Amino acid sequence: MKSTLTAARYVPRVLAILLLTLLAALTMATFSVSSAHADEVGTEYDYTVTGNVQFNGDALDGVAIALNGNGYKADTVTDADGKWAIGVPEKGTYKVTLDEDTLPDGVIVAKGGNVIDAEFGLTNRKSVNFFLGEGTRSTVNFFDQFVNRFVNGLNFGLLLALAAIGVSLIFGTTGLSNFAHAEMITFGALATLVLSVNLGLPIWLAILIAVVLSGGLGFGLDAVIWKPLRRKGVAVIPLMIVSIGLSLALRYVYQYFFGGSTSQLPGAGMRDLQFGPVSLSPIDMASMGVSIVVLLAVAYFLLRTRIGKATRAVSDNPSLASASGIDVDNVIRIVWVVGAALAGLSGVLWAYFRPGVSWDMGFQMLLLVFAAVTLGGLGTAFGALVGSIIVGLFVELSTLWLPSDMKIVGALVILILVLLFRPQGILGRKERIG
Amino acid sequence: MDWGAIFGNAAVELISPTTAAYALAALGLAVHFGYTGLLNFGQAGFMALGAYGYAISILTFGFPVWGAFLVGVGASIVFALILGVPTLRLRADYLAIVTIAAAEIVRLLFTTNTFADVTGSANGLSGYKNEFAALNPLAPGSYGFGPFENNAYDTWLRIVAWSIVILAALLVWQIMRSPWGRVIKGIREDEDAVRALGKNVYAYKMQSLILGGVFGTIAGMIFALPRAVVPSNYQTTLTFFIYAILLLGGAATVLGPIIGSMIFWVLLSFFSGFVARAVEAGWLPFMTSVQGGQLRFILVGVAIMLIVIFRPQGIFGNKKELAFVR
Amino acid sequence: MSANAIPLDSSAPLEPPVPTQKPIKTTGLHVGDAEPGCRKVDPILVVDNVRRTFGGLTAVDVDHVEVPRGAITALIGPNGAGKTTLFNLLTGFDKPDEGTWTFDGRSLAGVPAYKVARMGQIRTFQLTKALGLLTVMDNMLLGAKGQTGENLFRALLPFLWRNQEADNRVKALDLLTRFKLDAKKDDYAASLSGGQRKLLEMARALMSDPTLVMLDEPMAGVNPALTQSLLDHILNLKSQGMTVLFVEHDMHMVRHIADWVIVMAEGKVVAEGDPHEVMKDPAVIDAYLGQHHDEDIGEDPDAETEHVSAVKELLDDER
Repeated sequence: MKSTLTAARYVPRVLAILLLTLLAALTMATFSVSSAHADEVGTEYDYTVTGNVQFNGDALDGVAIALNGNGYKADTVTDADGKWAIGVPEKGTYKVTLDEDTLPDGVIVAKGGNVIDAEFGLTNRKSVNFFLGEGTRSTVNFFDQFVNRFVNGLNFGLLLALAAIGVSLIFGTTGLSNFAHAEMITFGALATLVLSVNLGLPIWLAILIAVVLSGGLGFGLDAVIWKPLRRKGVAVIPLMIVSIGLSLALRYVYQYFFGGSTSQLPGAGMRDLQFGPVSLSPIDMASMGVSIVVLLAVAYFLLRTRIGKATRAVSDNPSLASASGIDVDNVIRIVWVVGAALAGLSGVLWAYFRPGVSWDMGFQMLLLVFAAVTLGGLGTAFGALVGSIIVGLFVELSTLWLPSDMKIVGALVILILVLLFRPQGILGRKERIG
Repeated sequence: MDWGAIFGNAAVELISPTTAAYALAALGLAVHFGYTGLLNFGQAGFMALGAYGYAISILTFGFPVWGAFLVGVGASIVFALILGVPTLRLRADYLAIVTIAAAEIVRLLFTTNTFADVTGSANGLSGYKNEFAALNPLAPGSYGFGPFENNAYDTWLRIVAWSIVILAALLVWQIMRSPWGRVIKGIREDEDAVRALGKNVYAYKMQSLILGGVFGTIAGMIFALPRAVVPSNYQTTLTFFIYAILLLGGAATVLGPIIGSMIFWVLLSFFSGFVARAVEAGWLPFMTSVQGGQLRFILVGVAIMLIVIFRPQGIFGNKKELAFVR
Repeated sequence: MSANAIPLDSSAPLEPPVPTQKPIKTTGLHVGDAEPGCRKVDPILVVDNVRRTFGGLTAVDVDHVEVPRGAITALIGPNGAGKTTLFNLLTGFDKPDEGTWTFDGRSLAGVPAYKVARMGQIRTFQLTKALGLLTVMDNMLLGAKGQTGENLFRALLPFLWRNQEADNRVKALDLLTRFKLDAKKDDYAASLSGGQRKLLEMARALMSDPTLVMLDEPMAGVNPALTQSLLDHILNLKSQGMTVLFVEHDMHMVRHIADWVIVMAEGKVVAEGDPHEVMKDPAVIDAYLGQHHDEDIGEDPDAETEHVSAVKELLDDER
């Protein structure tokens, strides 16, 4: 299993050397899978990971699938119906890899990459599906890839910004680093899922109601938890720990009711349209459009409306704002409602981008949101926007050099480097870090 | 319902190596958070470095146990320096964000397929226990009584784990009543005041970060010895659990993290055992056994909130000395 | 920040506080005319071209100023004159855009705050920084210099520092007795009144035997009964050979105890001189006395104006 001698070169003793090695690693990323048997593998076990590899309704035969995790390894190929199944000894998380070399020409894994982490939910079967799309992998030149990744990164950055502005406003007005923002993100996606798939509402209406419900969640959390704690004079760091507890509790409440599986919103996996080197699905374009419109509306709110100006005044100096007649409690309530509604919308867009809705999707994104807010400068709404776009671009562009399971690492390393050289963030004022 | 098994399983947790590991990691956090006021949210990263540092040193390099131990400790010191240099001069919440990010970086680096040869990727590593077992002076057989009866290896592991915890507790107790501890507690209260008295606050914070981090690293090794090293064990949730233990026991106390860990694991095991059997027995018809398993995470989250709001000093904390960073 | 300022012990004193002993004024401190930036016979602190800007706002812009040794010097000026900012710069708590300054002939530019303190230049803060969850005695012990037990490794071996600790305890108790805090030595500092915290902060500063004591508004928020003893303590510092530089708003007090007064306005030194002479300087009347009456609030006036200008700046940014 381990080759002791050749491995010696890779030991992560120095982070820098490690990262340099990663740059070279993209080339050796593909798996070679021996396809010995086309039938079901590991039938002796109770639990099964299954999938169905299809492209435009046609089953794809002979596609190699490898599974790896919890000390267990297996591989198989799809049968004539495009189906595959691998039995596993225990429930847990497994890495499922689709060998792109075995796909027919002109077909690639379009979204989510060819490696998927599969985690069992309530049932003994876990289905894993890859999103296939038209395209070719090897013929895309670097520049075209770059442009494509850039547009994707922009899309990701914009949806990140929706969540980050809420985090930033809440931090600015209350001093709270809100870890439960992750669950506010997930809430938007879960609410949309329930409204559209379970209740059968049209998707636009489902999203609209979900965003309103998210705002309601923010209002409720403020009224039930945060406002009483502010009244009680609980300091900032205990508040932050309360938000961690809340995040943990809510996250597992979601898992309790929705299980550990990933579901798709209607329209996910729509075919990409080709614009020169850029391939975007209509959903991607709608997502970017919605983000931009909403961000402009938030900017207008902050810069031009009375309540928006009051928000920034409270952010700047709560006691002075209070002394000058601003109803601080009201401002904070509005910030929670707006922040939660933006987070909910961000969750919906994130569900399309990943793609998929799952109980911990918000938590997967939370660190990137924090990174964006810190990069831009804690407490500055426009800094959060700039920070988000940088993080979004960085995450997507880094996949040009890094293996896709390392893309978040790059963004987090950048966060630490920025703090080293410009601790107040990109747009933050130096005085703020005092 | 088999109450005997429920209580028995819960009692096992009282002195299990996992409880010792969490106690030690929480003691490290007490040094960081309770005494110095440093918001380290990357204790899981320190633990991962300990576990992987130990396992990789033995499996890949064939180091002896003490060598592997030193590699883990060394890695955590380097990690603490990487975290501390950019952030210890900044406001407290920056350290929180950087540590949580750094711990995730560590976990992702151990998870990625790129280094699968060394790290075992998502599978993790196993088969590094023989070197430790070889040091066991106990003759094969069974030791202890009732729920605390174990074979020679498990007994040896428990002896070593709890000895380390006790040594670490004595160390913290001693330094916190020394002038060094006084400076550290002063920094928690107001670092500018301490700076104005001629103390190099930055250096003290760094020492605290390294000390607590090394505790976390050794805890990671203890945590790894009864099981395999799997990267998914070292998620942010692990850090949150350790915070729950620390807050339960009392953040600025020596005994708090240890008793807190015992209470935490015994209660959690009891609760899980009870719910699982209650579901089996059909007492909770609205719940599946998997859902019962998730209930405990919800419980931990709610417990964290309630402790912070209603008993911020924890069980052992002094009521007057709330021991909370403002 | 200003929201959690320490509460006032009482309303502002009706009568000016007077020290119980008649202060002996030190004279003949300067060389030549008493003009801004004039030379001193024996300066302990010499400041040259120190400038600090926040955004577009110049908070401190001092060409040259000298603080005389062995005397009590008051630093006065209206709101937002940059007094506290200058304090922060001189003690290493803030970094100037440019400038040099020396303490006892040694340059302090770029020297971190803790090293400044070790050289014997100790400061206190406008908003008291008593370490609330440490006992009064621990607060005092923290002030002592060169403690062996403050090294992490030596801390593990109590026999290395036990004797020194005992000596420090004796010294601390002596100081606490002088400051009438000995009865409170085992209480948490958080339980002290605002005035007692000021006293504790001053006593703590003395644990390190400083040569220059810099007090930032020692009287702010102090109950009149304690004001008198605070004044006595400041005079005692001088009689024990220490140099005192303090920021104060109360002109009566400045007149009573200060040997020399430096007046700042809009970041610059606008006048210097004997406390009785300097009040007649038209520049001082312009800069300071015009605003004197509407400021005895005890709050944090510098911070407040800084916030106002920060808000203004913010509004400017968006246009």
